[in-house]
Amino acid sequence: MAYSEKVIEHYENPRNVGTFKTEQDVDASEVGTGLVGAPACGDVMRLEIRVKDGLIADAKFKTFGCGSAIASSSLATEMIKGMTLDQAAQIKNTQIVEELNLPPVKIHCSVLAEDAIKAAIEDYKKKRSVAASSGAPRDSAPKHLAPSGDVASRSSLDASKCPRPST
Amino acid sequence: MVTQAKDSTPAAPARPRSIAIPVPDGVSLPIFMDNHSTTAVDLRVVQAMLPFFTQHYGNAASRNHSFGWTAEAAVDHARAQIAALLGGDAKEIVWTSGATEANNLAIKGAASFLRKQGNHIITVETEHKSVLDTCKRLQREGFEVTYLTPAKDGLVTPEQVTAAMTDKTILVTIMLANNEIGVIQPLQAIGAAIKAKNPKTLFHSDAVQGFGKIAFNVEQARLDLVSVTAHKLYGPKGIGALWVRRKPRVRIDPIIDGGGHERGMRSGTLPVPMIVGFGKAAELARLEMDEEQYRLATLRDRLYKGLTTRLTETYVNGSLEHRLPGNLNISFAFVEGESLLMALKDVAVSSGSACTSASLEPSYVLRALGVGDELAHTSIRFGIGRFNTEAEIDYVIELVVTSVERLRTLSPLWEMHLEGIDINSIQWTPH
Repeated sequence: MAYSEKVIEHYENPRNVGTFKTEQDVDASEVGTGLVGAPACGDVMRLEIRVKDGLIADAKFKTFGCGSAIASSSLATEMIKGMTLDQAAQIKNTQIVEELNLPPVKIHCSVLAEDAIKAAIEDYKKKRSVAASSGAPRDSAPKHLAPSGDVASRSSLDASKCPRPST
Repeated sequence: MVTQAKDSTPAAPARPRSIAIPVPDGVSLPIFMDNHSTTAVDLRVVQAMLPFFTQHYGNAASRNHSFGWTAEAAVDHARAQIAALLGGDAKEIVWTSGATEANNLAIKGAASFLRKQGNHIITVETEHKSVLDTCKRLQREGFEVTYLTPAKDGLVTPEQVTAAMTDKTILVTIMLANNEIGVIQPLQAIGAAIKAKNPKTLFHSDAVQGFGKIAFNVEQARLDLVSVTAHKLYGPKGIGALWVRRKPRVRIDPIIDGGGHERGMRSGTLPVPMIVGFGKAAELARLEMDEEQYRLATLRDRLYKGLTTRLTETYVNGSLEHRLPGNLNISFAFVEGESLLMALKDVAVSSGSACTSASLEPSYVLRALGVGDELAHTSIRFGIGRFNTEAEIDYVIELVVTSVERLRTLSPLWEMHLEGIDINSIQWTPH
C-alpha cells in the first residue's frame, strides 16, 4: 500500500517524541497520560499532556504501531498544543484522517489517536480531583505512566478481540 | 523452537528521525529479498523460452503437422526435466496454471474420486491458503478435515499424523517447506508412517517452496501427489504442475473439463513457452542445487548473525535447523512489522504483521506455532535468493539495525521493557 506524503513525513520526522517522566522541570501533577491500544493488536499509543493554567502547554508521545499510527499520534501532539482541555477533547478522528489522507484500512489508527487524547485528559482530571480531595502532595502520579483510570480487562496476548478496521 | 538471540552489545543510541544509510558500491536499490513470494526469471530460462513465442508456436495437441510435433517434443522434454528433479517419471507430470490450481486439483480431485472409500482428510494448520481453503470447502461439502497443530519449531511428527488417521482417511496433505518460516517437514518419515498404517491413504505435498531448493524425492517420501510451480524457482509465473503417481496408479477427478488434455486430468491448451521455461528452471535448479544451497545458507547465516549480534530481543520463528537455506523469519520485539517495512522501503521483504489485511490478526502460521500475537506483529520474513549478494546482505543488516533502533526509541513498549515492566502485566484497553 502506498502511504500519503504526510504520513511519510510524520513517520520520518515524528514530532514531540518522548516522555515528561525524565524531564526534571516537569511536575508530575501537571501531566496526564493516555495509554491506549494493545500489543496483541499491533498498536499501542502513549500520549502525555502537560497542562499549565488550563492549557495544554506541551505534549509528547511514543507509539508502537504502523507508520499511520505513528503519524496519527505525532499529528495529535501537534494539534492539541495550546488548546484547552475542552478543545482537545473535542478533536475527532476524522480530522486526523483528513489531514493525513488515511485510507479506510487505517482509520483505526486515527481512532486510537483520538482515544489517546481523551485518555490523557481523563487521567489528568482524575489526578487533579484525587489531589484536591485528599490533599495529597503534587507528586502522587503513578510510578509508571500506565493510565490511572479504570481500563477494560483482557489478555495482551490475544488478538481475537482486536477491532476490525473499517473498510 | 523459538530461539532467542544472544544478548551482546547494547544498542547504540538512535534518533527518532530516520537516517539514510550509505549504499555501498555494487548495490543498487531497490533490493529484492522476498524470494518466497516469487523470483526473478533466470536469463537462461528466458533464452530457452523465447523461440517458443515466435518460431515454435505450435499447439502441442496438434498431431498432424510439424508445428505441433515440435511443441509436443518441447513439452515432453520439460516433463522429463521436472520429473528428474522430483525423482518421478516424465509421464506423471500434469501441467497446471500454478500451484494453487495443482493443490486444488490434488485435494478436490482425490476427495471426489475417493468419496466412496472415505471422507476424512488430514492437513496442518500452517499449510498455504490454497490447501487450507480447499479443505474448508470440502468440509462444507461433507468431508471431515483434521488440522494438525505443529510443535513450537513448526514441525509435525509422523506419530501425530498416524494418530489422526482413521479407516476413513483418504488423503494426507502436508507441505514440504513453509512459505513464511521456511521450516522443512520430515516428509520421508511421515510418508513411511502413513503407508505403514494404510497403503491406500494418499499422500500429497505442496512442495512449492522446497522444490529445487533442497534434496527431495517422491519415492523416498512415498508420495502420491506433489504440487510444484515455476515462479518460485526462477521460472515464469503462470505455470505449475501436479505430479501424479502412475505405479501404483493414483486416480483423481479433474476440476477442469474439456479436450481431455493431460490424460483427462487437466484440459486446456498447454502454454508451451511457459512449460519450456519451467523445464529449464528445474534443470538449472537440479544442476546447481548443492552449490546454491550452500551459498544461500551462508548469506542467511550472515544476515542472522549480523542482526542478532547487534540487536537484543530478537526471536527466530520456527526451527533454525530444519529450514530452507534462504529463509529467515525473525521478530524484532517492540517494533511493529509494518512500520519496519516502511523504513526498509528500498528492500522488499514481508511481515507477519497484519495491519493491512482485512483483520488485525497477525500471521496464522506464527499463531499455530504458539508465537504470541504481540511478537507476531513484529516479525519480518527475509527470503534470500539466487541473485542476492553479500554486499546486499551487509546493507540490509545496517539498514534493519538502524531502523529497529530508531523505532524502538519511538516505542512505549521498548521503554517499558528497559524499565523492567512486563508488558503482559498491563491491562490493555481494547480500542
